[in-house]
This record gives sequence, C-alpha cells and structure tokens, in this order.
Amino acid sequence: MSLQLILFILFGTISAISSVLMITRTNALISALFLILNFAGLSGLYLTLNAQFIAVTQVIVYAGAIMVLFLFVIMLLKPEHEKYFSHQPKLKIFAFFIAFIVFIQLVFMIFVSHPSQGNNANVAASVKAGTIEEIGKQLYTNYVLPFEAAGYLLLAATIGAIVLAKKKFE
Amino acid sequence: MLVQYIPVFLVIAVAIVFAVATVFSSEIFGPKRPTQAKLSTYESGMKPVGTTHERMSVKYYLVAMFFIIFDLEVIFIYPWAVQFKKLYIENGISVFVSMVIFLVVLELGYLYAYKKGGFKWD
Amino acid sequence: MLNNFQEFYNIIPILLIGAGFLISLLIEMYFKKSDVILPWFTILIFLAAGFHALYAVNSVSVIFQNMLATGGIVNIFYIIFTFGAAIVALLSIDYIKKYGTYFGEYYILLQTSILGMMLMAGAKDLFMIFLGLELMSVSFYSLAGLNRKRLKANEASLKYFLLGAFATGFIVYGIALIYGTVHSTSIDMIASRFYELSSDKLFIAGILLFLIGFSFKIAAFPFHMWVPDVYEGSPTTIAGLFSTGGKAAAFSAIIVTLGVLFTGRIGNILMPYLAVISVLSMFYGSIVAISQDNIKRMLAYSSISHAGYLLIGLAAGNSFGVAGVIFYLASYTFMNLGAFGIVALIEGKDESNLTLKSFSGLASRYPLLAALFSIIMFSLAGIPPFAGFFGKYYVFIAAIKSNLTWLAILGVLSSVISVYFYLRIVVLMYFKDAETDLKIDVSKTGLAAVIISVLLVIIIGIAPGTIIDLIAFFFK
Repeated sequence: MSLQLILFILFGTISAISSVLMITRTNALISALFLILNFAGLSGLYLTLNAQFIAVTQVIVYAGAIMVLFLFVIMLLKPEHEKYFSHQPKLKIFAFFIAFIVFIQLVFMIFVSHPSQGNNANVAASVKAGTIEEIGKQLYTNYVLPFEAAGYLLLAATIGAIVLAKKKFE
Repeated sequence: MLVQYIPVFLVIAVAIVFAVATVFSSEIFGPKRPTQAKLSTYESGMKPVGTTHERMSVKYYLVAMFFIIFDLEVIFIYPWAVQFKKLYIENGISVFVSMVIFLVVLELGYLYAYKKGGFKWD
Repeated sequence: MLNNFQEFYNIIPILLIGAGFLISLLIEMYFKKSDVILPWFTILIFLAAGFHALYAVNSVSVIFQNMLATGGIVNIFYIIFTFGAAIVALLSIDYIKKYGTYFGEYYILLQTSILGMMLMAGAKDLFMIFLGLELMSVSFYSLAGLNRKRLKANEASLKYFLLGAFATGFIVYGIALIYGTVHSTSIDMIASRFYELSSDKLFIAGILLFLIGFSFKIAAFPFHMWVPDVYEGSPTTIAGLFSTGGKAAAFSAIIVTLGVLFTGRIGNILMPYLAVISVLSMFYGSIVAISQDNIKRMLAYSSISHAGYLLIGLAAGNSFGVAGVIFYLASYTFMNLGAFGIVALIEGKDESNLTLKSFSGLASRYPLLAALFSIIMFSLAGIPPFAGFFGKYYVFIAAIKSNLTWLAILGVLSSVISVYFYLRIVVLMYFKDAETDLKIDVSKTGLAAVIISVLLVIIIGIAPGTIIDLIAFFFK
C-alpha cells in the first residue's frame, strides 16, 4: 500500500465518521466541534490530492475563522428548539431524499462517468497546479479581475455586516 | 511529494498522543475522594440557576465577521507574496497595481468599520 | 490587465461604478452633509456609466484575459441596470427618510449591487458569474433589512438570505459539474463543447442545477416562495430594484452562459424545463395576484408571472426570442419601477396606505398620480401602445416561430387573466369614491422619477422596432 492510499483511508475515515457524528448530535455546539474535525479530515484529503494551498486555506479559513463565526452564531441563536427538528418525520424524509439523490449522483460520477479521466492523465500538471506558486501566478495574471471582484465582495460584506449588526448605528 | 509531509504528520501524531495522555493520566493517577459538596457545580456554595445556554450579544458576531474578512484578505496576499518577484519580472508593474487596488478596497472597509465604531464595544 | 487605451475605454462603465463606490464610502465617512451629496453623486455615477454604455454600444471586445466582454448586448444590459438604478436612487431621496432612519449605506449598497449585476452581464467565465451574483446578492440581503427596527424588514432580509444562499448552492454545484465535464470554466469553451456534451448526463445535470439556481433569482414558479414576503417587507424602492434589476441580472447570466442554445445552431435541449416553469409561473402569478389586497404583494405575484412570460422567450430558443427577452426586460424594468415608485409615493409612515382601498378615488384628489399609474397598469397588462405590449408580442412571436404555438397561446391566456387585477386598480382609482382619508405630500424627486419611467415606457412603446432591431443585430 502506498503512503497516499494509507493517508487517504485515514483522512477519509476521519471525515466520514465525524460528519456522521455531526449530524446525529442533539447539541448544536458539539455538532460544530465535530464539523471542525471534519474540516481537518478534508484538509488532509486535499493534501493527498496535491492541493497544498487549498489544504492550508481549509484549515485557516474554515476550521479557523468560519468555525468561530459558527460557534458565535449558535450561541447567539440559543438553540433551545433543536429537539423540535429531530421529531419532524417529514423533514427527515426530505433530508434522506436529498441525500439519496446526491449519493446516486456521486456513485454515477465515480463508477460510470469518469469525469476526471481527462484531468488525471497529466499527474505532473495536477501536482504543479496545487502549489502556491502556480496559484499565485494564475490569480494575479489570468484571474486578476475575479481577484479584484473578490475584494469588492469582501468590502460589501463588511458594510452589510456593520449596517445590520452594529448596535448603535449612526 | 507526500513524503515531505511526514514530519508534519509526525508532529500532529505527537500532539494528539500528548493531549490524550495528559487528559487521561490525571484521571488515572489522581487521588479521588468525592463528597457531596465537592461534586456540586460551585464548591463555594452558590446554587446554579438556569441553563448554560445563555444568549450571547450580537456584538460577538461582528468580531467574528471582521475576523473572517481580514483572514481571507491575508489568504489572498499569501500567494502574491510568494510569487511577486517572478511575476514582477514577467508581467511588470500590473501585478503590483492589482494588489494595491485590492488592498485599497479592503483597507477602505477597515477604515469604514473604524469610523462607524465597528471595533467599539458598546 | 488592460493592454491598450481602447480596452480601458470599453470598461469605463464598470470602472466608474467601482471607483464611484469607493468615493461614496469616503463621502459617507468624512462629509457632514453626506445625506444631501450622496444621492445625487450616486445618480451622477449611474447616469455617467449608463450614457457611456449607450455611447460605446458598438465597441465589442473581450478583456481581462477572456474574463469580461464589453459592447453589444452586454452594454444594453448595462444601460438597463444603470438607468433603472438611477431611477431607484431618485425615488429613494425622499422615500428613505419617510421609511425610517437615513443610512448613507443605502446608496453605497445600491452601487455594489449594480456592480455585481454588471459583472454578471459581462461575464465570460463562470467565476465572474458567481462573483457578480454574490456581490449583487450580498448587497440585496443587506438592503432588504436596512431598517432594523421593523420586524417585517428583518424577516424579509433573513428569508431572502436563506433562500438566496440555498439557490447559490445549486448554482455552485451546477458550476462544479459543468467544470467536471468541460474541464474549463470559460463560457466560450462551454459553448464550443455544448453540442458534443449534450448527451453527457452529468453535464446536463450541471446545466439544470445552474438553471434551477437562477430560477430562484428570477422568481419563477416552484422557486418563488420568498418573493411576496421579501417584497412586502423590504423598502418599496428596494423591492422595485429586486423585481427589475435582480431579475434582469439573473436573465443576463442565463443568456450569457447558455447563449449558444439560443442562437438556433444547436437544438434547445432545455426547452421542456423552460416551457414548464414558464407556464407554471405565468398562471400561478396571475391567478394568485387576483386575491391579494396588499399592493406590494400583488406586484410581487405580478413579478412572478412576468418571469413566466420572459421564460417563453428563452424556451423559444432562437435569437429572436432572446432579443425579445432583452427588450421585455428593458420595458419591464421601467414600468415596474414606475409602479413601485407610485406605491412608494403613496405609502405613508409605518407601512400604511398599502392596501388596494387607499387607491380608491385617487383620481379626484391626485389626478396626475392616477394618470401615471393607469399608464403603468395598462403597460403591465400588455395593452398597446405601451412598452409592455411589445415585450409580450416579441416573446410570443418568437415562440410561434419555434413551433411552440401552444406556449404562446397559454401566454396570451395568462395575460388576459392578469388584465383583471391590473385594471381593477384603474377602476378603483377612477370610478370609486375614496374609502380612506388619504393625505400625502408628494415628493418632487419621487414624482420626477415616476414621470421619467413613464416617459421611457411610452418612448419604448412608440419606437419598439428600432430597439429590437438593435438588440437582434448584436445577438448574432
């Protein structure tokens, strides 16, 4: 077994188990903590796919910043009605239905359609594409307009957050 | 490729082992003489009231929001800093200008948040 | 980056709004009289960008390493967005003070939303579509809940955010599947490989998810749940922007991304989906609107049914249909902004005067308002010679050309139903006595904005041929 396969099995198991634990907890805070574990496992999976920068971003942004926001929002909402949802059979059926569709689609994608055939053909190129140097090169030459647009998006989000959430707004 | 990450994985493994060991070693080796008073939430004698799920102020949300926004800004600067020298030789000043525009846009947001008292705790 | 002066010249509308937005932020922070300067500055920026887009409509180019297109139908969309937004800003000057606390951010977020729409309309890459969509949506969510003291505004903002984020999830999933099959996010690549991939189930699933996500944004039938509550809860002028600019931007994204389907070179494989949701939204909107008592809710259902008529043009799948859709969007933008403008003028403090009752007998006290509102209602109902009639006419003709006569007939039937609730208001205004003691001070700027939009509706109605020829010329 190659190192890649061992790591894939390890991280895949971590993220699969943690995501199951996440959706079965009744306490939203504990769910959020399992979500962090899930993000960590995903970041490991990105690493096995040679996407180092994405892996680092996953840890810094998702497991770091976004989870802070998640936890604050959970405490802000005071989820005392969380049990209400677990007693809703209709919601559960709907959720199973959606999950089933996504599952079928993934199975179809992996075993029938092979969408990654074209991408896998060139492993060296895919290794290069994951490096921070290549991302920097693409982002500041070919994708410079999306990059600036992302700046504007973040500014709009700042303004929106202050307008909506600042207590004493003048 | 992946072999170069082995030290990282080793550090992670050591960290996990250390964390688990410290938690459980105190459980195993520490002396345990429980009494009624010791097991109560506040040993000082105060009676616990209500739940621990207190609703937090929306102020915390703003802090988290700013954290995300400026965290993302850093994520964008990181590949630029790594690659700047090479890109500057290849593409000239435009690489610098694009980052300056990005920073001006975001620092204006910072200035705005400061002016509107987004960092004040009131 | 930009290679020469010509490219710089072509992108001026976007640069104007991008820079104007930063300057507005500085004005808001440092000028004491920002509440006087900012609205007019915003209008100036929008008009400058709009007139530049009109002037440079011929300079077709693709810039920023195949990221953004300029000229042609892109500029026509720019004109729709900027002039619509200028009218919204003019309407808002007095309305936003009446509505509640004044925020300079109102105008700033208005500019960011228009910037997002423009990035969407000009996109040559799915990244730009997504970023433009998010820029527009984030501004919209904040604009909907700007007055935080009103419960209904909070509800509108939250509802719009949750369902909007859900829809964006569909779009991103669709983009992921499209990328997985095409191996590129470039719209030109997607267009060139569309025919070969149209038997690939994953590719079609991606396109469908993309369309479903945008069906939320255009407020088509099974995905319309947010529309009435959001329009009712948000400021009236902003609801006008949601129903016109937001809808036009979502249609522009569909047309830009799937443009190859509508040129007639390859068959319109999405026709069944588009036709079904088109029929459902037309009839649902028209029938439910009849039972509404709140005028904003009625306009919301009317907006759902108009999304249905617009989708007929896409279902037709020929260049004539797309030209008809763009023409329809232009006329719909101005007539609907006029309608929401009059509602904003009549609306009193704390959401009073919004029921149909307050319109009864309006003609005897405010004859000008009643006349303007009647013109807009005639146009929305699709009665000649106003712009709304020609929009529907071109869309139905396109459907007939593609052998979809049944769709055109259903469209006509639905318009006949819609005539009832549009003209009911005209009847109320002219032939009923006043039921409420309505007293309003008509704001001069607001009235000017409504008059401008009514004039535009009439002008488009007088010369529809030249405009549709211009659009059809660019969509080749």
